[in-house]
Amino acid sequence: MSYDSILDDYPLPSSVKEEIKQELERLKVKKNVAKKIVEHCYQAYLSNLIEPGEAVGIVAAQSIGEPGTQMTMRTFHYAGVAELNVTLGLPRLIEILDVRKNPSTPMMTIRLLPEYAKDREKAREVANRIEATYLKDIAEIEVDLREMSIIIKPDSEALKRKDLTFEELKEKLEKTVKKDAEILERDGMLIVKISKESYKLLMDKFEELRDLVVMGIKEIKRVIIRKEEDEYVLYTEGSNLKKVMKVKGVDFTRTLTNDIYEIYEVLGIEAARAAIIKEAIETLEEQGLEVDVRHIMLVADVMTADGELRQIGRHGVAGEKQSILARAAFEMTVNNLLEAAVKGEIDYLKGITENIIIGQPIKLGTGDVELIANLGVRK
Amino acid sequence: MRLQDHILVPKHEILKEEEVEELLNLLGVKKEQLPKIKASDPIVKEIGAKPGDVIKITRKSLTAGVSIFYRLVVE
Repeated sequence: MSYDSILDDYPLPSSVKEEIKQELERLKVKKNVAKKIVEHCYQAYLSNLIEPGEAVGIVAAQSIGEPGTQMTMRTFHYAGVAELNVTLGLPRLIEILDVRKNPSTPMMTIRLLPEYAKDREKAREVANRIEATYLKDIAEIEVDLREMSIIIKPDSEALKRKDLTFEELKEKLEKTVKKDAEILERDGMLIVKISKESYKLLMDKFEELRDLVVMGIKEIKRVIIRKEEDEYVLYTEGSNLKKVMKVKGVDFTRTLTNDIYEIYEVLGIEAARAAIIKEAIETLEEQGLEVDVRHIMLVADVMTADGELRQIGRHGVAGEKQSILARAAFEMTVNNLLEAAVKGEIDYLKGITENIIIGQPIKLGTGDVELIANLGVRK
Repeated sequence: MRLQDHILVPKHEILKEEEVEELLNLLGVKKEQLPKIKASDPIVKEIGAKPGDVIKITRKSLTAGVSIFYRLVVE
């Protein structure tokens, strides 16, 4: 027997419908009884909906703010088993709501395609393609002042470990120095001969070469391979979603970063909304705090409503308020009033804050309802 | 590579003109009052929506299971 036909008549959320259906199927009730149950459920659902005119923003602010006071101020924490340093607690929550372009500890979770995920060696291969390898990590670099050249002695074992050949390295160096120098080969060493007799150029090149990324993605400083259930997952210090998504062996559909702005740029506003919710919940949960997701969802919706990421604060949501008094009441009172006066702005007193300031009834809850008398028409 | 396949990206669809009409009547709002999405948004580009189009977004919601959201494409 199917209860779907009964449920279809009610505009209930799909998760609620699913729950009712499961319960009905478990109890194996008759159709006419089921109908009554569903009707009751629908009434209960209606009475639990938020009232129109309710100040949901204030409720959300309090519901996130109060647990926020209990969060640790300690910035760093070693999260999980991997020895990765991640910002947590209040500083992280602030980072999320402020939409920082560069979070203090960018981190990525990279999942691999099935053919790479099962095998540690294959996972290592992908990790090598991602992790930034500097020239100084795989070779000894010296400056020969007499010859005006830089001597690079590649460590053959390091090369092997990174799956890099001598020729590839040479090619990479040639691309970097271009016309400023030529590259010679001599008994397993690479010699960079500077074209001009200039110590400055020599030292500049030396520094450039030392910090040259010969392999991998510059932003990714470290990669850790961890086995999770039956697949290998890569965790990185540093983040570059755009480049990592294109690396061979990476399953881009399940690759994440904790840099929300990067998600916004690469995957768009809707993905950024999902990321804000995910990161905020994780941060709160990690601290053992329970906040209803509805509050966080509301915050994420407000931050993304205009199609671009706006922070909660004076450069975003609060700073774009139409009312001068509401802006002045939030932060930088004198600046806001002065600026508004210079521009000749008008406050239409349509919002809440400004009406509280001047002592008028506010348009919220029952204050939002007006009586309209229908004069003349009488049956 | 389709960005829409990413787990963080919900389903985006362009609404047909008559569907837009119907939606605006149902909600009792004007097109400009809908939440926005930029024409430069990577997903908007991928589905080929133009400014003025309304996009229907079918999100997986933690509370309602599935929730539907609409955004107006703007410059």
